[in-house]
Amino acid sequence: MKATHRLDAIFAALADPTRRAIIARLASGQAAVNELARPFAMSQPAISKHLKVLERAGLISRSREAQRRPRRLEAKRLEEADQWLERYRQLWEGNYQRLDVLLDKLKTQEKERNHQ
Amino acid sequence: MKNALKITPSGDRDLVMTRDFDAPRKLVYDAHTKPELVRQWLLGPPGWSMPVCEMDVRVGGKYRWVWKKDTDGSSMGMGGVYREVKAPERLVSTEKFDEAWYPGESLNTLVLVEQGGRTTLTQTMRYESREAREAVIKSGMEQGVNASYDRLDAVLAAKATTTPR
Repeated sequence: MKATHRLDAIFAALADPTRRAIIARLASGQAAVNELARPFAMSQPAISKHLKVLERAGLISRSREAQRRPRRLEAKRLEEADQWLERYRQLWEGNYQRLDVLLDKLKTQEKERNHQ
Repeated sequence: MKNALKITPSGDRDLVMTRDFDAPRKLVYDAHTKPELVRQWLLGPPGWSMPVCEMDVRVGGKYRWVWKKDTDGSSMGMGGVYREVKAPERLVSTEKFDEAWYPGESLNTLVLVEQGGRTTLTQTMRYESREAREAVIKSGMEQGVNASYDRLDAVLAAKATTTPR
């Protein structure tokens, strides 16, 4: 898969709250499908569908070790998506920190005006 | 972290930024709509200034922003049109960079909610497609800056080959 399509698949996968919850659960260790289905009011096939989306995005994989084939998180892939967002975030954070300073100045000016 | 900025992809083609400010929303709104205030904070990476900041904040009015890197003079511009203006809570505008590295323009919606003297800012950027959103996330402004550098490189290279020695 081309890098751009892969990132697209990751964001599409993470756009759904159930799939984000599955990711959060797998972050604390691998789990089988029935374990993953338990906290949700969902059938196992419905959960399997979500797992397939996550798998296609490369965010989770299946372990071969046991018959129940537990899913585990592919943390590296998740980090990749995070890093791109992080750079973009830093750019805006720089702007907003300047805005913080400006707003403080404006607040002080307004107070002084009200006192006069 | 206090007043942390959150950026999350939402749906197919939106990017949503949220951040709190320790100020009433009227001031936050002013800082987004008055050119003399905007150019004090909307500067991008360190070393950039904003020599052009023209804003006609009314429905159908245009805005034009240009940033300049002070050390080498490379510049980057963008602009758009205001679609909704509702002081001090909502501002909707289109956005397009002069040398956009992603297809189409984006529709930006700024929403300000005040609670107890503090303001929560939510800025939603809707891109033309998922691909456009990806291009923005992957490169951010950096790409735009690099595009300017590439242009400068091309100019310098052209000069080097045509200037007699």
